[in-house]
Amino acid sequence: MSTVLYDTPGPKAKVRNWIYSAVFLVLLGLALWWALGLMADKNQLDGDKWSPFVTDGQVWTTFLIPGLLETLKAAVIAMVIALPLGALFGIGRLSDHAWVRIPVGAVVEFFRAIPVLMLMLFGSALYVQYSNVESEIRPLYAVVTGLVLYNASVIAEIVRAGIQSLPRGQTDAAKAIGMRKGQTMAHVLLPQAVTAMLPALVSQLVVILKDTALGGAVLGYGELLSMSRQISANYSNTIPSLIVIAALFVGVNYALASSASWLEGRLRQSKKSTGAVVGVAEASDLATGNNSTG
Amino acid sequence: MFDFLDSGQYDLLGAFWVTVQLTLYSAAGSLIWGTVLAGIRVSPVPLMRGFAAVYVNVVRNTPLTALILGCSLGLSQTLGITLGGDTFKETGFRLAVLGLTAYTGTFVCEALRSGINTVPVGQAEAARALGLSFFQVLTLIVLPQAFRAVIAPLANVLIALTKNTTVAAAIGVAEAALLMKEMIENEAQALFEVFAVFAFGFVVLTLPTGLLLGWAAKRMAVKR
Repeated sequence: MSTVLYDTPGPKAKVRNWIYSAVFLVLLGLALWWALGLMADKNQLDGDKWSPFVTDGQVWTTFLIPGLLETLKAAVIAMVIALPLGALFGIGRLSDHAWVRIPVGAVVEFFRAIPVLMLMLFGSALYVQYSNVESEIRPLYAVVTGLVLYNASVIAEIVRAGIQSLPRGQTDAAKAIGMRKGQTMAHVLLPQAVTAMLPALVSQLVVILKDTALGGAVLGYGELLSMSRQISANYSNTIPSLIVIAALFVGVNYALASSASWLEGRLRQSKKSTGAVVGVAEASDLATGNNSTG
Repeated sequence: MFDFLDSGQYDLLGAFWVTVQLTLYSAAGSLIWGTVLAGIRVSPVPLMRGFAAVYVNVVRNTPLTALILGCSLGLSQTLGITLGGDTFKETGFRLAVLGLTAYTGTFVCEALRSGINTVPVGQAEAARALGLSFFQVLTLIVLPQAFRAVIAPLANVLIALTKNTTVAAAIGVAEAALLMKEMIENEAQALFEVFAVFAFGFVVLTLPTGLLLGWAAKRMAVKR
């Protein structure tokens, strides 16, 4: 296969590629050897550091699975609240009335500029002072608050981009048959935009999922990552527990991300949509690098 | 209203200076690491391509918090790697830069890869017809054009990085988020003022970056 950068390899190039592969493999092997040696020195490779994850079901039932469930709980609650809120803000930003458009725009831009971590800290302090939320559940509230404020404004931008990606003719046609602005939005633009935005929205769930880990690190929320401390306290296996937890995160997120791209492929073919899809890449471009947070 | 600023108790500028430094070092590191990764990711050698693809997908799907905690708990406290830092403070800073670089590099790599796709095939074909090697095609013809095409996405990566530096608070690096946490605890009655100050700080850091690089992206774009 020929690409922008190189031709289909001929016999000479094939030999060269083999040599490069071999050299690269050796370098990779050396790096791995060094890393494993370092870990072996500190006894992180001992069987008893790793075996709990296979033999001891309690690691899973007491720590990993509850942690994963807490992570998913915070992420799902945040998504369920942020989604309609974001849609509302996104539509608000497209309003014909300046008195709606400008304040909504200001709110969206403000919350997009603030790190999620700070929003969570702020939320936590807010609940301490101005509410009687119990202290056990407060971290969840704070995490969800931070995630909702930030991600609703990101979703607002995705919604805006989705609606703007539709052909102008759709609005014109709706006007021509006498639809009001609200009807045009609710019956014509939004349904089409939703199919265009779905992949970006799903990939935003990955961002939310990853950001829940912040709650564990700074607010003591009992999510998956915070379990690493507890596991390593029990089995003194810092590195194995971190690796297993990272692998769980990667697994869940990778499944979500793949479903996003599968969905994108499906929607591009579907006859119902306009074929316009706000892809994962575009959405992350426009949403101030949102998918790199946390 | 903002009395807590006058007390001299909090080194607000110092904390934001640490944030800026974290951003600058990590930005430089991830630009280099991301470019190298992108080079590997589009290379003609399938094994290297595979390695870069796995790295990017694994690291991008790991929470940054996990990476930075891993650097601190795993690399430093367990394996004793201090990256040449003499004090706890210095080591924490360097570990945070390492974690941020490893993470942000993947986003730089993906941005660059999409930039490489915008370069017309004819450019590279012409370069190959002149007898340039893969490395020469990449560094002389394709990357310079790709970079100019991805200034805007890279600006977003940089803005996200600026915000992501707050995660370093999780390992005790004395940057803005950590100071905010401390101030919220001490100045509970002035919660909104404290938040406003830090929010303002981040708007000041991210807004000019976005505007400047957005302007640069328009200026530098290759007109086709």
